[in-house]
Amino acid sequence: MSRLPGSGASTAPRPAYLSRLIGRRPAGSSQGEERAAFLFLVPWLAGLIFFLAVPLGYAVWISMTDEQLLRSGRFIGFDNYVEIFTRDPSFLHSLRITLQWVVLTTPLFMAAGLGLSLLLNQKLPGMNVFRTILYIPAVLSGVAVAILWVVLLNGDAGAVNQLLASLGWTNPPNWFEDADWAMAAVAIMGMWGVGGGAVIFLAGLQNIPPHLYEAASIDGAGPLAKFRHITLPMLSPTLFFLFINALIDSLVIIGPLIVIVGRSGSGGPEDSLLFYMLYLYRVAFVQGQLGYGAALAWILTVIGCILVYLTFKAEKRFVYYETE
Amino acid sequence: MAERTFPRLSARATGKRLGLPPGGSLLHAALVYGLLLVMTAFILLPLGWMLTAALKPDTAPVFTFPPEWFPTEYFHWQTFVETLTATDDPYLQYAFNTSILVFVNMVGAVLSNSLIAYPFARLRFRGRNLLFSLLIATLLLPGPVLLIPQFLLFFNLGWYGTYLPLTVPAFAGSAFFVFLLRQYMRTIPKELDEAARIDGAGHWTIYWRIILPLTAPALTVVAVFTFLGTWNDFFGPLLYLDDPEEFTMALALATKRSRVGTEWNLLMAANLLSIIPPLVVYFLAQKKLIGGIASVGIRG
Repeated sequence: MSRLPGSGASTAPRPAYLSRLIGRRPAGSSQGEERAAFLFLVPWLAGLIFFLAVPLGYAVWISMTDEQLLRSGRFIGFDNYVEIFTRDPSFLHSLRITLQWVVLTTPLFMAAGLGLSLLLNQKLPGMNVFRTILYIPAVLSGVAVAILWVVLLNGDAGAVNQLLASLGWTNPPNWFEDADWAMAAVAIMGMWGVGGGAVIFLAGLQNIPPHLYEAASIDGAGPLAKFRHITLPMLSPTLFFLFINALIDSLVIIGPLIVIVGRSGSGGPEDSLLFYMLYLYRVAFVQGQLGYGAALAWILTVIGCILVYLTFKAEKRFVYYETE
Repeated sequence: MAERTFPRLSARATGKRLGLPPGGSLLHAALVYGLLLVMTAFILLPLGWMLTAALKPDTAPVFTFPPEWFPTEYFHWQTFVETLTATDDPYLQYAFNTSILVFVNMVGAVLSNSLIAYPFARLRFRGRNLLFSLLIATLLLPGPVLLIPQFLLFFNLGWYGTYLPLTVPAFAGSAFFVFLLRQYMRTIPKELDEAARIDGAGHWTIYWRIILPLTAPALTVVAVFTFLGTWNDFFGPLLYLDDPEEFTMALALATKRSRVGTEWNLLMAANLLSIIPPLVVYFLAQKKLIGGIASVGIRG
């Protein structure tokens, strides 16, 4: 097979609105080229329709039904949403926990990743070795990492508490079993993977032209001034990109949580680990309330869109693009 | 901006040649190395502890005081053999299942994403910019909203309990990979296509014989990311697989963790086995992978 079909002439008139939308054929391109292009795009277009567009429309419909696993729902209008906002304490609880997590850990992981990348960016021998090692957690499965930390942070005899005890902390916390410490334990687990972001920061740092620093040195700028006036502005597009990613990732965190609390989606001690997606998973796939779960998913999406929108608004003020 | 060079002090130049910090700031170097070593210990000690625990026989306590970060006393490799071949919980079977998924997903991702990227990078057609904007828009599409309707879709198609929901979507391409490949394909000189066209090659031949081979470095990045993503995927198998014989490594591990009594050595051995393939791939493809990650950052 050496040639795609499609060189045959087709002169069927195109509806006017379609022509306006997609415009005229680019000069110099042939109809065969156009036909071929769409044949190449068939897998994507098929996926776009069947895996995205149809499910997306379907999601709107399901969220207005009382659809359950193995039982079709009937249309109930906005009842799911009304119930979520007026009679569902778990919704408010999981939302509060998730927002608390986002606000506390996103800056923490960003700062740690940036700090680590600044260390790795020093012109010293052996930095590649450190970079290789520090990136390791990013390629490991969330399940393996969660299991490892559940065992390490075991309250009675885990290695971390043994270490803390030998350092003089006689009554170390129970981590995942303690409502006050469970989220901190998840954050420690997250810190273990902070090298993943550091490598992206590092790429951004290495794209900053060295002559900027040299010029600043000549002008007598110290390390802090250089960081504030060169590194941060030049790195702001990378910061912005990673921030959006970190924001979304921390909003939808679920995999490791299921490993920690188990497949029933129990929520951990006093529901202290009942993050939004975990609650959604429990409602939809453990209790089988798919319609209610779909409504929860839409609310999370709207919250996510608002947060991303606010970030984009802030971008105009804080992010510097060299090409502008 | 004009490139300007400044005279360097000779001592500084010498230090640079030796790879030492400028100005002899040993304190600075010590601080950097110190912090990096702390971080390295934070990464490696847990992995060492895991290996130590996995190498213990059933009779030896896993939790010791003080904790053992490196195997010194026990080297009971039998634990790994037991984990792989246990009849009620066979990790060899799980590894095989996961490998099938990984292989199919890698083939699907390399084929579909390159097919989709090719016209966006090399062909001219009406609606190209519109479709490309649509593609980029799907990058921002919220996953949680699609979760339930996709589940219902696959369930009603009779795909529940099969590998189809975990493989078929890979053949529809993913926006991020298409973007990555398109950027790469655009750097290939246009003259190659034109020469081939004069020799009578069609678009398919140009794609298959010229563009695809030249895109190999970027395709490797796609393959490696797909390998890691599929091998490590937990949520997909959790939703769609029911029969323990079909379980993937990650799903089997999560299930084992909720069942485990005191066989911590077996759990750690299984955990260790599950991270070996990603580690091997990471070390083999490290340069390409880090390059690919860097390009992600540049996109921002």
